[in-house]
Amino acid sequence: MTVDVNKTDGPDATPPAGPEAIKAIPVRHPGRYVSAAVALALLGSVVYAFAQGNINWDAIPDYFFDDRILHGVWNTLLLTVLSMVIGILGGVLLAVMRLSKNPVTSSIAWFYIWFFRGTPVLVQLFVWFNLGLVFEYINLGPIYKDYWSSFMTPLLTALLGLGLNEAAYMAEICRAGLLSVDEGQSEASHALGMSHTKTLRRIVIPQAMRVIVPPTGNEVINMLKTTSLVSAVQFADLFKEAQDIGQNAGSTVEMYFLAAAWYLIMTSILSVGQYYVERYYARGSSRSLPPTPLQRIKAAVLPTRRPKGVSA
Amino acid sequence: MTQPSHPMVKAEGVHKSFGPVEVLKGIDLQVNSGEVFCLIGPSGSGKSTFLRCINHLEKINAGRLYVDGELVGYRQKGDKLYELKDSEVAVKRRDIGMVFQRFNLFPHMTAIENVMEAPVQVKGQNKGQARERARELLERVGLGDKAGNYPSQLSGGQQQRVAIARALAMDPKLMLFDEPTSALDPELVGDVLDVMRDLAESGMTMVVVTHEMGFAREVGDSLVFMDDGVVVEAGNPRDVLTNPQHERTQAFLSKVL
Repeated sequence: MTVDVNKTDGPDATPPAGPEAIKAIPVRHPGRYVSAAVALALLGSVVYAFAQGNINWDAIPDYFFDDRILHGVWNTLLLTVLSMVIGILGGVLLAVMRLSKNPVTSSIAWFYIWFFRGTPVLVQLFVWFNLGLVFEYINLGPIYKDYWSSFMTPLLTALLGLGLNEAAYMAEICRAGLLSVDEGQSEASHALGMSHTKTLRRIVIPQAMRVIVPPTGNEVINMLKTTSLVSAVQFADLFKEAQDIGQNAGSTVEMYFLAAAWYLIMTSILSVGQYYVERYYARGSSRSLPPTPLQRIKAAVLPTRRPKGVSA
Repeated sequence: MTQPSHPMVKAEGVHKSFGPVEVLKGIDLQVNSGEVFCLIGPSGSGKSTFLRCINHLEKINAGRLYVDGELVGYRQKGDKLYELKDSEVAVKRRDIGMVFQRFNLFPHMTAIENVMEAPVQVKGQNKGQARERARELLERVGLGDKAGNYPSQLSGGQQQRVAIARALAMDPKLMLFDEPTSALDPELVGDVLDVMRDLAESGMTMVVVTHEMGFAREVGDSLVFMDDGVVVEAGNPRDVLTNPQHERTQAFLSKVL
């Protein structure tokens, strides 16, 4: 149990009895100041150019919290979450099928991934949207019967299009994760009498998560942006709402900037979430977890108290 | 030492090949219940493979292998053999504990969670009971104070002792040890051997693949020297180790002793 003193107390913290601290002139880095100045200058000129442009900037704050925009934000988030749920569940299932000893299931998984990864998601969305041309009715016997076109709401179209496509990508990510777990782990689990399913669920998947989570975070952020495609199948997401307002109010470009700002806010929040999820699945793999930014701030404010959960 | 007892493991002409490579070329041996049975031999001689056949981690190609009177991996009806389903194999493995050279603890679980895992998941014990028992077992291997540590926070010797406790949690009737001390620093070997010695004294049937000749001599009841997929010499450890009859045994022992 070592107490981390050097981080908070600075150079004066050397114990008095110890050897004299080295006093040397540090290496200078003049290049850093120069490059920072150049970068700031470039940024300034880009901002100036946009400010000069023929854009009605005042329209953005006017509409930023407009009900329609907030509704679009909500729909975008909803669609992102639901599509990712379909994608992740489907991906795990496909990865397990792909790695299965059963040749039928592994071929089915291979075919699925081949098809959905090999065609553009926008085309898939349109196919789902127009599937009424193939199936006129949806008929589940006595339970449910309706025209395909009224069954396929924009939300369902968007969900199927994005979710099933995502499953193909998630399958490859999950497969890489499952393969990364040492074979000795499933051997040990089998030797204890645990079944294949239990071994997978309790031993292999939790360890595969460390490899799966970082690229999945990437996929979530990607998905959030890809949802903007569903405006093409009449789903009222953020992008579609912004477009509609823009066309009615005559401020098309301004509303694109507004949408971009909202997307940036949402992806930033997701990045923070990803940090904590990754931290959770790293437990056991390193001797002690690094403190979270929040714990670091606490440690700096209250230097005498050691942050909770950080022990050697 | 050997009390009159039934055979726990019985091998009759066991063959095992990996592709074109024949690793076991007809193994015949018998491990009596309550016995500590040591397997020694140069690496590549098939000791570990044979051990892994006993709990069906490897499938044998020919011969018969029995654990506690029952065929491993198959069911015999008349003169036909039926392969067991995975779930049936899993049921049989519950009674056979295994300790690996590389420990293979579950890194995402603490020591006590590692020990509790199988009783809770396989036997359906309730968590409180399993935790109680796991604590006893960790106490028994001298790690009562490390229950909350993750494997990465334990030394190799401590990890191996947790692995032994994990295997014991299923109350096995047979324990298999696959070079349990080979991956350890020399100073940590002793602690693990002490635990194994205690276990032997409690009457557990143990099959031990090992390079620790001292342990084989002091604790072992029987010893088999294997080379190139066959049993070269078998007998009482003290006799075989001090007075080997076969040339190859002599050559091997002169190098390791």
